[in-house]
Amino acid sequence: MSETVVFVGKVIVLIGVLFDLLGCIGLVRLPDVYNRLQASTKCVTLGTCLILFGVFLMSGFLWKSLLAIVFVALSGPTAAHAISHAAHKAGVKLWEKSVVDKYQEDKKKVKES
Amino acid sequence: MKKLVLFLVSFTAWLVLTWTIYYPALLIGILISIIIGFWFGDLFTQRPRHFFQIKRLLYLLYYIPIFLYYCTLANLDVAYRVLHPYLPIEPGIVKVKTTLKSEVARVALANSITLTPGTMSVALTDDGYIYVHCIKVYSADLKEATQRIVSRFEPILREVFE
Repeated sequence: MSETVVFVGKVIVLIGVLFDLLGCIGLVRLPDVYNRLQASTKCVTLGTCLILFGVFLMSGFLWKSLLAIVFVALSGPTAAHAISHAAHKAGVKLWEKSVVDKYQEDKKKVKES
Repeated sequence: MKKLVLFLVSFTAWLVLTWTIYYPALLIGILISIIIGFWFGDLFTQRPRHFFQIKRLLYLLYYIPIFLYYCTLANLDVAYRVLHPYLPIEPGIVKVKTTLKSEVARVALANSITLTPGTMSVALTDDGYIYVHCIKVYSADLKEATQRIVSRFEPILREVFE
């Protein structure tokens, strides 16, 4: 029984590492800050949570790791939101092929009025 | 009441972290939780009664699998876009409107948006608008974007937090 659980844990850790790798590839390939944040946040949050869950199974139900999952899942997206908001405030441009930027339009409207 | 809630939460965290019923450790945990509860109790939550309503907790449990499903979908979506040789992206920032009132609910909604397919919240305004960065913009219109992005989580989060 415990061997099966450890094996499943290893598989989950492997999947988590795969998602982390995808996040890093996205970080390199995508064009601007916002897209890079998208890829890295999503993939790295889920990847890290999966790794922690795999550790939870492998180590014989170490409940600390579940607590760590909660903290990672709360702080990851919040940090991404903070970084992207700060980037937009600092005037980082979107990729030149971007379709629309409502936030910039609204900022301009506020300035003009 | 607020202090009691924070005491319970921090003591649970302590129990999970130490994972022991060794007597001195428990005593230290209780002491530290009481101190934390007294100091930060007023900052932690505005409506402490919500923590003890079973319906909200059940809705939270119902919310978690839906959230996990969309999170996995988001990751596969990103994987597809990143590994595709031509990078099929059309990024842009669109505006959506939420009808959620409380701050906690809005934060939860923004975090959920960040972890769901192709979207990331960039800014929240006080009057209920969220600026969302989409990796592929399907519609820049306020209503359609709201329909696409917000409506999957809003009803559940309203039950949980409001």
